[in-house]
Amino acid sequence: MTVTAREKGLVACRECARVWPADHTHCSVCGNTIRSRDTQSLQKVWAWWIAGVLAYIPANLYPMLKTRTLFQTSEDTIIAGALELASHGSWSVAIIILIASVAIPLGKFFAIAYLALAVRSGATWPPGRQYILYEVVEYIGRWSMIDVFVVAILCSLVQLNVAASITPGIAALTFALSVIFTMLSAQSLDPRLIWDRIETKDTKDPV
Amino acid sequence: MKDVAQLDLDTLIACPKCDALYRVGVVNKGDQGRCERCHTRLFTRRRDAGLVIIATAFASTVLVIAALFLPFIEIRRLGFSNAATIVDAALAFYGGPLFALSLAVLALIIALPLARLVLTIYTLTPLVLDRKPWPGAKRAFRFSEAMRPWSMAEIFVVGCAVSLIKLTDLARVEIGPAFWMFVAVVVLMAVQNVVMCRWSVWKALDR
Ligand SMILES: [Zn+2]
Ligand SMILES: [Zn+2]
Repeated sequence: MTVTAREKGLVACRECARVWPADHTHCSVCGNTIRSRDTQSLQKVWAWWIAGVLAYIPANLYPMLKTRTLFQTSEDTIIAGALELASHGSWSVAIIILIASVAIPLGKFFAIAYLALAVRSGATWPPGRQYILYEVVEYIGRWSMIDVFVVAILCSLVQLNVAASITPGIAALTFALSVIFTMLSAQSLDPRLIWDRIETKDTKDPV
Repeated sequence: MKDVAQLDLDTLIACPKCDALYRVGVVNKGDQGRCERCHTRLFTRRRDAGLVIIATAFASTVLVIAALFLPFIEIRRLGFSNAATIVDAALAFYGGPLFALSLAVLALIIALPLARLVLTIYTLTPLVLDRKPWPGAKRAFRFSEAMRPWSMAEIFVVGCAVSLIKLTDLARVEIGPAFWMFVAVVVLMAVQNVVMCRWSVWKALDR
């Protein structure tokens, strides 16, 4: 049975891992603000989550790239761009783009919502597995930024006068905002809340 | 009495992810500590860790600065050619409504990775030399740690690779020296990540 800092009447610093008596609000080792649990955590998670979802909608409806070659002009949304790559036989790139720009963002929205709900009202998953989900979300979320960087590279590179040019669409901005908001949402979740159910309910954890 | 309590708290370490409390004895070089329930790395004492971190941070700083002014991809089509540096990519959205995105990309792929490297060198150099920490070292290290998820050099490198494949349909593509320099930076930063022990650094800063 693990003993937590809170059970010992202590409050831990999440930056430097030092513990202090419960009435401390400031860590004198690293200068961080400390509290036993971030009680505002869920409110912040949901606020950023909603912002992230709202920014993700236009990111899929508006063009990410406008490509102009000698004979044609095309405007591609994220999904249309990936499908076109696939139709040219570039399956691997199409799959990378679809995973980074569609699967990861959507998966993240569901995962964060699940964790936030689970922390509040209990869940079917044991805390060990919830925590793994949290770690995966934290680790993988940043990688959605790939598509924004690809757009930046293509736009700076493909400026070949009449031969070809690529310019960014408004979706590049809303997509980047969506990634940033979702990262902030995941960071707002205090992971210690995930484990508190063990203290209160003594759930058996297989991990 | 207060001093005795203080001394006692010094030997405790709380997992920043799940609040589990541990008592740490003497930590020798080569020791590693993980949280029993969430498996978060609590500390790693490696031989010459400080020296390795400073060396890799210094090499990375030089490489990033040099890479800024060299092309990372060059393309050719119908007699027109163009080469882009990393600064060009970051400023791809400059001018027009996507100006804010330019600043964000500039921060994510150049400013924040560089800032983290410089702050790391600033924080650790006096510690390795067994001197008193330089002024503001605690704030510098806290900022550097907070910026960790927002420093996206490695994601940019993968973005480059994806762009390369995307462009092969449109034009002849050549990889420039800056690309390989950024690849090297990513490897060096990964080494730094493995060796760095936040707990030890805070302990040393607090002396
Ligand atoms: Zn602290
Ligand atoms: Zn833990």
